Amino acid sequence: MRKALLAAGAFAALAFAAQAEAETIAITHARILTAGPAGEIAQGTVVIRDGKIAAVGPTAAVPAGARVIDAAGATVAPGFFATGSMLGAVEVGSLGNDLSVDNPDLGAAFDVQYSLNPDSILLPVARLGGLTSAVTMPIPSRGRGGDEHEGETLTAGGDDGGSRSHALFAGQAAVITLGKGDDLLIRARVGMVVPFGEAGAGVAGGARGAEIVALKSALRDVRDYMKNKAAYDRAGYRNLPLSKDDLEALIPVVQGRMPIIADVHRASDIRAVLKLAREEGFKVILSGAEEGWLVAGDIASAGVPVLLNPLNDRPESYEMLAASMENAARLQAAGVTVAIESDGGAHRARETRYNAGNAVAHGMPYAAALAAVTINPAKIFGVADRTGSLEPGKDADLVIWTGDPFEPLSQPTAVFIRGQAQPLTSRQIELRDRYKDLNRALPPAYSH
Amino acid sequence: MRLLRWTVALIAAAAVGGCATTAPPAKGAKPSAESTGKPKPLAPGLDPLVRADAFPSTYRPMPSRPTALVGAQVFTGTGALIENGVVLVRDGKIEAVGPNLPVPAGYDTVDGKGKWITPGLIDAHSHLGVYASPSVPANSDGNEMTNPVTPEVWAEHSVWPQDPGFNTARIGGVTTLLVLPGSGNLIGGRGVVLRNIPARTVQDMKFPGAPYALKMACGENPKRVYGGKGRAPSTRMGNVAGYRQAWINAADYARKWDDYRAKSGKGEKADPPKRDLGLDTLASVLRGEIMVENHCYRADEMVQMIDISKEFGYHIAAFHHAVEAYKIADILAANDICVATWANWWGAKMEMLDGIEANAALVGAAKGGCAIIKSDDPDVIQRLNQEAAEALAAGRAAGLSITEAEAINWITSNPAKALGIAAQTGSLVAGKRADIVIWDRDPFSIYARPDRVYLDGAIAYDRRDPRYQPKSDFELGQPGAGAR
Repeated sequence: MRKALLAAGAFAALAFAAQAEAETIAITHARILTAGPAGEIAQGTVVIRDGKIAAVGPTAAVPAGARVIDAAGATVAPGFFATGSMLGAVEVGSLGNDLSVDNPDLGAAFDVQYSLNPDSILLPVARLGGLTSAVTMPIPSRGRGGDEHEGETLTAGGDDGGSRSHALFAGQAAVITLGKGDDLLIRARVGMVVPFGEAGAGVAGGARGAEIVALKSALRDVRDYMKNKAAYDRAGYRNLPLSKDDLEALIPVVQGRMPIIADVHRASDIRAVLKLAREEGFKVILSGAEEGWLVAGDIASAGVPVLLNPLNDRPESYEMLAASMENAARLQAAGVTVAIESDGGAHRARETRYNAGNAVAHGMPYAAALAAVTINPAKIFGVADRTGSLEPGKDADLVIWTGDPFEPLSQPTAVFIRGQAQPLTSRQIELRDRYKDLNRALPPAYSH
Repeated sequence: MRLLRWTVALIAAAAVGGCATTAPPAKGAKPSAESTGKPKPLAPGLDPLVRADAFPSTYRPMPSRPTALVGAQVFTGTGALIENGVVLVRDGKIEAVGPNLPVPAGYDTVDGKGKWITPGLIDAHSHLGVYASPSVPANSDGNEMTNPVTPEVWAEHSVWPQDPGFNTARIGGVTTLLVLPGSGNLIGGRGVVLRNIPARTVQDMKFPGAPYALKMACGENPKRVYGGKGRAPSTRMGNVAGYRQAWINAADYARKWDDYRAKSGKGEKADPPKRDLGLDTLASVLRGEIMVENHCYRADEMVQMIDISKEFGYHIAAFHHAVEAYKIADILAANDICVATWANWWGAKMEMLDGIEANAALVGAAKGGCAIIKSDDPDVIQRLNQEAAEALAAGRAAGLSITEAEAINWITSNPAKALGIAAQTGSLVAGKRADIVIWDRDPFSIYARPDRVYLDGAIAYDRRDPRYQPKSDFELGQPGAGAR
């Protein structure tokens, strides 16, 4: 057993080294879920060259010299996205993370791109769940409580005595790749996270309406600042509660170039967000939106996409009394672009594919659920030109599965990120193999 | 929301349950007055053995009809899969299960072709009712974190029967669950086994004859909670001292009552000990009447807890969470201790760092091993079958040969064993309660959903019939009501 494991490890290392050079690979006899215009291809070939997808189709030719992987009927799908993720910015949950800031000089200007750790042990685990990209998002510092056990609200968030304007904005999200050895960052500053509803009210002093006033005031300050930068720098302009860095960071928001990622749950709060976005002229992405199905028509006609966890079906808080397992399906049916995420987006990010499966079980068409973990998040966050579907010219971010990738009993047999074959192991797999046989002569510490 | 989920996960993980259920009267316990007639009986409430079942179950099965479920693939919960099976139900009990049974006259026949049948699912670790939805402070009743040793509290006294989570769990096929106190304390209190039936009172839900559970907790939670208050325990060694002192107190208390009963039984003058609710519970554990359900993540701590159980003479029914159980699967099996765990939860804190997906499978693969997939969560409880499928896949990926028929035991007969109710439910065996789920496809598929759930042979849920889709009081008149 040990010998076999060692051999497998050596093979994986060699395979990885070999992949590091530009290699042409052809995956043949595959059922291909393209998540692109070609839809599902019952049997075909995917060609990978120089890290990109060179060809996809039922009759795509195998280039001379290509390494051929005969999928023998297995399924090839784009790598999945973990939206709403903490990947790269958390290791052990209780030790904290690099996504939440409570600093009066830094709210909107906080940018997660500088938090990212490519050596995180969460990344290999995520890859084994078929994830190849993620959107790592700031987490709002907490406002008023009401949704935690054990009185943690007594010590979290709260009142620092001064202006809380900075806390209206949690900071800027980034799209990352999960490839081994890569610089994780793909695209920085893809959205500005803003808490609404109870959390937003908590930041603004207690009432929902107060937050809307505070946001309008802050965005007005940004416009004033843009027009009067010189006076501001001479200290010849009225005092603005936001720091200069925060004001600068919000310029793309008021210009409609960077969307606000609105963390929002209740139907009435969703409407308030849509109205505010109309009035202020910013773009918006809804995150959470457990009661979104109640106002699906409003969301669809506003052309606003939604990031959601389809498993949120309980009245977990007073903001999601109407939560439903059919939220994803109903929003999608109304014409909303939906992205499906996991619970927490960190250690359990690998459940993304199961969550997509559950959305299907509750009425979402399969192709729509596939899009919700591939091309939709790529479009929503502005990276659809390079990933999110199996189309020629895009990064070769793809996974070979033993069967339907949403099924727990299906497993990945190969994961490619930007054309690089990823090692199919993780710290968890190493632990598993160390303890699989408890009858070894030497203590487990000698097995590695 | 993500941070909220983090917090909840952390706390839920930290919280370890004790199960409370209706305890049968202690074996051999007799009111002292019956023994001799001489000593005056104690005033009501002062003798722990008088009305030992102080909050008796008033559970009554709902009306049922003789029913034949015909033609489904039947997972029996005993490790078997019967193709094209027939399940006969009569008087709320399983009457017969087999491949080609004739349907007696007068039975309602349910066409099971293309469907799958399992025993009703059992969640060995839940906080439904004690951490009810919505999760507001007023509904936070699961952790009496005012003292590290609180065996005197009973989870059933916190259970809110209107928690909407009971309904969503039933939609997921859960017919029985152990509701535990949280894991903030070394000894958190009694847990209770409930029938998952819509009810006005918790007594109406209590599983008749099920033993109570005692919730104990290792590791980070108690030392964090009390260390944070500047009192013991603030370390793991402080934790262990706390457990041992509690058991010493319990043994001493039991001895005083034994002495008193011996003397009064002989007609001698004897002063009864003052009744102590917490020590009553611990003494019942030492008499073997209460199941010990021990929240414990790390392998080394579990083995220390086993030594403590041997020092004081009790048995640990199951370690809960136990993400490192795979490191000591042999020791756990040899000590006949079940492991109630997840497939996917890990990393929320240091003691969860080494959690692996194959944990349950490796525990189950040890000779005599007893693996359980549980929820500890109002969302996971709705999909125990999926969590089991993930654990099964991980076991197979580790090279183990495990059938679905075996893996279904992780959410049916094995939790029944750990809860002390295996004689009544957890498998489709003649004479047991007719707790049954009909699935629209193989329950190890992500797309599978229960079509119908039977509790004691009565239809408790039907996916297509609104008459069998109960709503809690809380759900009435709320946004989205009727269209969920």
